[in-house]
Amino acid sequence: MTQQFYVSPEQLMKDRADFARKGIARGRSVIVVSCEDGIALVAENPSPSLHKIGEIYDKIAFAAVGKYNEFESLRQAGVRYADVRGYSYDREDVTARGLASVYAQSLGAVFTAEQKPFEVELAVAEVGASQDLDHLYRLTFDGSIADEHNFIVMGGQADKVSGAIEGGWQRDLSFAAAIRLAVRGLVTDNEAPDLPARALEVAVLDRSSESNRGTRRAFRRLSDQDVVELLAEES
Amino acid sequence: MQETTANKVAAHATSSFTEHLQRDRPELLPQYAPFAAGTSAAQPLAVPHATTIVAMTYAGGIVMAGDRRATMGNIIASRHIEKVFPADQYSVLGIAGTAGIAIDLTRLFQVELEHYEKIEGTLLSLDGKANRLGAMIRGNLPMALQGLAVVPLFAGFDTAAGVGRLFSYDVTGGRYEEQEHHAVGSGSMFARGALKKLWRPNLPEDEAISVAVESLYDAADDDSATGGPDPVRQLWPVVYAVNRAGGRRVSERDLAAIAGNIIESRAAARREA
Repeated sequence: MTQQFYVSPEQLMKDRADFARKGIARGRSVIVVSCEDGIALVAENPSPSLHKIGEIYDKIAFAAVGKYNEFESLRQAGVRYADVRGYSYDREDVTARGLASVYAQSLGAVFTAEQKPFEVELAVAEVGASQDLDHLYRLTFDGSIADEHNFIVMGGQADKVSGAIEGGWQRDLSFAAAIRLAVRGLVTDNEAPDLPARALEVAVLDRSSESNRGTRRAFRRLSDQDVVELLAEES
Repeated sequence: MQETTANKVAAHATSSFTEHLQRDRPELLPQYAPFAAGTSAAQPLAVPHATTIVAMTYAGGIVMAGDRRATMGNIIASRHIEKVFPADQYSVLGIAGTAGIAIDLTRLFQVELEHYEKIEGTLLSLDGKANRLGAMIRGNLPMALQGLAVVPLFAGFDTAAGVGRLFSYDVTGGRYEEQEHHAVGSGSMFARGALKKLWRPNLPEDEAISVAVESLYDAADDDSATGGPDPVRQLWPVVYAVNRAGGRRVSERDLAAIAGNIIESRAAARREA
């Protein structure tokens, strides 16, 4: 039997955090932007079927960077949590705050108790009736939760991308403008000068889905065709 | 060791909301303990019963309509009850039988379809939805044997085949695909008689809606448990139309006009029926 060396708790947590950060930094960025029409979620993702952005509930969406199997299991757990809650109480009683707090607890538990921490970073977005009622939560691998305003950038070169978004963000952006801004941000993280639509995954939470599309489910995934049209029109 | 972990993960992967509840939150599933032996059937339990639902295909989709009455024995339990619900974007569900159980079941079915769509990222096929509903009706068989049956009518647009399709069920969960048109509930035989005369292939949507309302009018004429259009309270049947573009509820204003035309033409004819 090998001798167990003493490792201080500080060192143990630091090693785990470094390990998780390294995993996340390898991934491509995801951007969540709150704007006048609702909330736009944009990710650089060449796969048309392995999504980084997903629908959780009527007004709530999910975005993630990191290891696919880990955030996919968290996404499914979130859908289950939301559907059980909406079924046992009422659809109105499902909130991003509740979901984000469940995510924070599970990430925190995995970080301290499991063999290895989750190498993921999550965003939970809820679209409100007005822009002031939008909620954006950022969750990191150790279970920290942050209530963000206006936009969230996650992934590899988050600082650089974040700077680009900060410069261009305005309160009254339309979906088209917000998505163009996000794509400009993603390009700063890239060697290539621009991103084709098929390398992007774009979805929106429509603020007025009831009047626009007659459904309370605000989440809508945009097709490559939609994205090409949005990127082409210049404001 | 590795193999058992993999097995556990695979066994736990489900896209079904009902399965998830059965495993993790069984207390949330609608459950009704069977009555003790001896108390059954002698006196049927006094609970609201939902009555007539009609559905038909038309050129490009399906129409489903239900009257607004629930009865409890000889009493009208509700004049406002709605018995036709959207199951998801491309399908609708109408219920006849014990109203409480049927409404629970509808709610669970709606979540089941949405849950699958979110987990899998794609819609269930229309046959898949119809089978799922059959399994849920079969689960209610013990209650049906105590006299609390639920009999749904399911219809939707099959996006793969590009046609509207209808499904009826029996209390054991048996699923039967119906052609052209169908009706369930206490007034269904009268409604079906009317449908046989009024329905024709490739009806346009507005005429199909009008045929649905008229067949419910005929059902209400002969069946005391089915409510007709009520111009005093401005109550009209609930009607949904589903086509390639998805489902929509027909507006109250359109229904008022359609029901008004039917009442007017029947009054003008001055005949017994």
